[in-house]
Formats: sequence, structure tokens, C-alpha cells
Amino acid sequence: MSISKGFSRRAALLAGAFTVSAGLSPAFAQGEIKLGAVLSVTGPASFLGDPEKRTLEMVVEDVNAKGGILGRKVRLIIYDDAGDPNQARTFATRLLEEDKVTAMIGGSTTGTTMAMIPAFEDAQVPFISLAGAVQIIQPVKKWVFKTPHTDTMACEKIFEDMKKRGTTKIGMISGTDGFGKSMRDECVKVAGKYGIEILHEENYGPRDTDMTPQLTNIKNKAGVQAVINPGFGQGPAIVTRNYKQLGINVPLYQSHGVASKQFIGLAGDAAEGVRLPAAALLVADKLPDSDPQKKVVVEYTKNYTTRTGQPVSTFGGHAYDGFMIWKEAVERAKTDNAAKVRDEIEKTKGYVGTGGVVNMSATDHMGLDLSAFKMLEIRNGDWTIVQ
Amino acid sequence: MPELLQFAFSGLTVGAVYALVALGFTLIYNASDVVNFAQGEFVMLGGMATVFLHLAGVPLPMAAALAILITVGVGLALYAFAIDPARGSSAVTIIIITIGASIFLRGVAQVVFDKRFHALPHWFGSDPIRIGGAAILPQSLVVLFGAGLIVALIFLIIDRTLLGRAILATAANRLAARLVGIPVRKIVALSFALSAAIGAVAGILVTPITLTSYDVGTLLALKGFAAAMLGGMGSAVGAVVGGLLLGLAESFGAGLISSKYKDAIAFLIILGVLFVRPQGLFGKRSVERV
Repeated sequence: MSISKGFSRRAALLAGAFTVSAGLSPAFAQGEIKLGAVLSVTGPASFLGDPEKRTLEMVVEDVNAKGGILGRKVRLIIYDDAGDPNQARTFATRLLEEDKVTAMIGGSTTGTTMAMIPAFEDAQVPFISLAGAVQIIQPVKKWVFKTPHTDTMACEKIFEDMKKRGTTKIGMISGTDGFGKSMRDECVKVAGKYGIEILHEENYGPRDTDMTPQLTNIKNKAGVQAVINPGFGQGPAIVTRNYKQLGINVPLYQSHGVASKQFIGLAGDAAEGVRLPAAALLVADKLPDSDPQKKVVVEYTKNYTTRTGQPVSTFGGHAYDGFMIWKEAVERAKTDNAAKVRDEIEKTKGYVGTGGVVNMSATDHMGLDLSAFKMLEIRNGDWTIVQ
Repeated sequence: MPELLQFAFSGLTVGAVYALVALGFTLIYNASDVVNFAQGEFVMLGGMATVFLHLAGVPLPMAAALAILITVGVGLALYAFAIDPARGSSAVTIIIITIGASIFLRGVAQVVFDKRFHALPHWFGSDPIRIGGAAILPQSLVVLFGAGLIVALIFLIIDRTLLGRAILATAANRLAARLVGIPVRKIVALSFALSAAIGAVAGILVTPITLTSYDVGTLLALKGFAAAMLGGMGSAVGAVVGGLLLGLAESFGAGLISSKYKDAIAFLIILGVLFVRPQGLFGKRSVERV
């Protein structure tokens, strides 16, 4: 932990030194704009923090190569909290008191984000979170924003699709990890609004290797017309495999948590016909040209895959959106003054990002609607967009 | 009725995985009285190394064989660099060293491999065999068969060969074993190599069903250890029976009572058994002689 912390710090210093030695412009005289980021680069949530870190480093490099923001270079200071909320809190304080950042993008998980919120509220520094839970922005906190869509929206998107197909009675099998539990709760909350009745519910542990007993019970429940599986990691892949093994023939809905090519790879041909809501980023090349997001997602995908050699994930996209929203706010405010930038972030309107079209307001610090999600179906081992 | 059969199939599938991990504990425990908590990492290494060698273009059977060799190498290195230098320390100290080794191996795997989940193809296809309204994967049968084969091998080695006698003698009394000319250090090293091989084979057999990732070993080791305790530490037959029972307890718990509390149900059963038979189902009662 302390090694990576030291490393990222050194890397940040090095980056700083680089800017100085480059000494290109009066930019340095005016000082750098300091942007902080506390991310879960290692540890159990590294699949979130790692692409976020790579994305932020990439966009900051690009922006600085083009002369920075308002003629000033951006200095990015990244700390790795390894997924631990206590660490995150410590680094948040360090960003605010030692590094004196004027904004922060980060908080890879809901846990680390919630731990850091009080620090930024107290210091009155804008904080754009990259975590999922709706609690981050509800109730609205003056200095806190977020870019990813919420679990509730994923549930609503699924229910919308079910309603269209006349499905009203469903079964649900959820992972007991944080993601699965939170989404399960949200789905239960909004099911009534769409006239959906949950007939049977089952659970599985995040590390379980066989879910056939649970699925057998769902299969034997009369009247189930579809099944939802809120979950994350390898669990949903095994659920999908077991689903096929048991020959259950009602539609299976997965969550946005498994919206990656990796899921199709793991679930194999059992994934055929599985439906799930996902961000436009994952189907960049399949979006119609008329889609407003087409340009930004195709560009980000190209840039990210060529620079890092890794496939894009929505998580990196969230970091990209966070940075761009902040950058545009700084440009509109013509200063990096925390209070003015905060006001401008809140006024973000019509920002087209990888996660959707963002329209923030004083009561909505996320600014996304259901159009941020596309309903996908897996056919022939690839995504297709369901209209 | 078909659902009960399905629960049983599920329990046997999961149980066979636990049994294979539990078997890995047996050899090292027999030779050195040490529970090797890095056993789960051997399982992970077997699976991950096969996946990555296969991705690099090595044909699957070859990749599996190489993965076993690599894991045996890691097992020997673990013995040479971590366990052997601490010889003469108490079993507890060495157990703690193995926990450290397990964390270390996980960290290295994260860097050498990656942090994603990976799968291997099923040996005989993924089309389930349907029996009486329930479905079982051919791979589950492979795992069960593999567990049976390994038990038979361990039984042959421990009970029928001089080497096995030497392993048992080493466990019983190191000093006495050395006095009668048994190369104690070599025997313990050998037990680590064999355990690593068993772990790697387990990883290769179960990965098509369970999938694998760098951190898959932790929970497997925990469940495998519970299975070994239930069956009786040190008994190969006990490891298999314990593993299968644990798997069945989980699947029937999940299917009949509550999927939320299935792990709790399984562990309650283990506690119950150990309360009545502290040495486990097939364990020998340990007697301290003064």
C-alpha cells in the first residue's frame, strides 16, 4: 500500500517536474491547476480504479499537450486507497490540506466516496464521484456530483423493457455483494411503479461456484415470466451457465454490472439471448450515426484502446466524463476557484459524454435520464441493441 | 423429486471441488503437521497458468502439464525459501508463514497474470447430462472421478510404499525418523511438491466449472480446510467425504431452507459434527503420551 502510494505521489511529482522543465509557456508563472483523485487502483475494486486512473492520466496528458486549461497546466495528483474507505478519507484530507487541490474526481466505490464526502463538504471543494449508489447525490449535497448512472436507473430500464413485452411476473436471483444487494433493493423499490410483481427471490454469495439449487427453485415457481440477476463479477456468468444447464426457457436479464465482453467470454454460448442495460460506450461501433453520443464514445474508445492496449470499460468512461464536466466548468468560470467552479458544474447542460447526455441542476447532481442506458441482447456472441 | 436430485448434483459438483482442495491439505499435514494455507493458491496457479499458457498458444493438454510443473516448482520454492528456513519452529509459526505465502502468491499472480476472471473449456462439452429431470455437467463427473483417482494414489503412496511410511514416520517424530535414516527435509519437500501437484490438478479440473482469477484461492482454501476438518485432518478418504458433505449441505441448505443462509447452515453442521467427534469423521483420535 505504502509503496503504491509513494509511487503515485512520486509519479505526480515527476509529472510536475516535467511540466517545469518543459517550461514552455507563461503557464507555469500562473501556476498549475491542481486536480486531485483518490481511486481504488489496487485491491478488490481495482477493475474500477485501474481504468479510471489510466483514463485520467490520458486526458490530463492530452489537455496539457494542448496548452492546458485557461493557459494553465493541469497537475493531477492521484492516490490509491486500495478500496479501503479509511484510506480514502486519509488521502482526501491530504489532498485538501497538503496538496491544496481545487477539485477532486474520484471515489471509485460507493464506500470510499461516502467516507470522503464530509471532508470535501467541510473544505468546500467540488467532488465528482465515480461511484454508483444513488445515496451519493440524494439528498443533494452542495459540493458533491457524480457521473455514473444509478442502480435504480438500471432496474427501471429493465422494467421498461419487460413492460413493453408484457412481462409482469418475475423471479430474481441476486448476489450478496454490495453491488448485487444495492441493485436488488432498488429493483424491489421501483418494481411496483412498472406493475412488476416479484414472485420468488434467491441469493448467492459472490464467490459461489454453483447456483443450480436456487435456479431450480425459481424454475419450479409457477408463473415466472422472466428472471433478473443483479450481480457482479463471476457470479452472473455462473448463473447464466447454470440457467442454460437447467434448460430454463424464460428470458434472463443481467445487470449493467456485467456489461463487458468478458462476461460473454465467461458465460460462453449460455449467454445467447441474455438481455441487459448498458452504457452506449460498450456498443460504440454499433450506435447509429444519428446518436448524439456516437462521436464521443468512438473517439474515447479509440484513444483508450490504442494508448493503454486494454478494452474500454464504462468505469474509465465515468472518469472521462467527470474530467470533461470539470474542465468545461473551469473554462466557463474562467478560474479554478472552487466555489465558482462548483456553480458552473451545477449548471452543466447538454454535455454529451460516454455515460449519456448530462443536464445537471440544483436538485440533480448527476443529470442523466434513462436514455443513458441502451437495452442490449447478446446474439451470436456479440451485443445487439434492442429497440 | 427432480429438484432433490438437482440439489444433490449441485452438492456433488461443489463438494468435489472442496474435496480436491481438502486432499491437498492432507499430504503436507501428514508429513509435517502443518496446515498449508497456501494450498488454495496452488489451485489458483494450476488454473491460471493453464489459462495463460493456452492463451499464449500452447495446446491445452501441454499447457495443463506445464502448469502442474510450474506449480510444483512454486511448491518447492515455498518449502525451500519459506518453510525450511523456519524448521524447528512450532507448527503454528509455520502455519502463519503459509498464510503470508498465500498473500504473497496472490499478489504476484495479480501482476504476472491479471485481475480478470478466466474460464477453460469443458473437457467433454458443456451440454448437461439429464437424469430424472435433473441436469449435471460432464465436467462435474470429471472432477468427481479426478478426486477419486487422487485419493487412490494418495492411499497407495502413503500406505503401500516405503516413501509413504517415511512420510508418516516424519510426521510422527522427526528426530526418531532422522535417527533411522529418513532424509526428513527431503520428505517434507516432497510432500510440498506433491501437494502443489494435487492443487494444480484440482485447479485445472475445476476451472471449467468455477472459473478462476488471481484471488480464487482464498475461499477455496477456507472451504477445503473446513472440509478437511469435517472429514478428519490427515485422512484422504475423510477429505473427500468431508468435501462432498460440505457441498451437499450447502446445496440442500440453499435449495430447501434459504439461499441467504446456506453458508451458515453448512458451518453449523460442521460445528455440530466436530462437537460430537472433535477429530472429524475419519480422523484418528490424537493421544498425547507423556
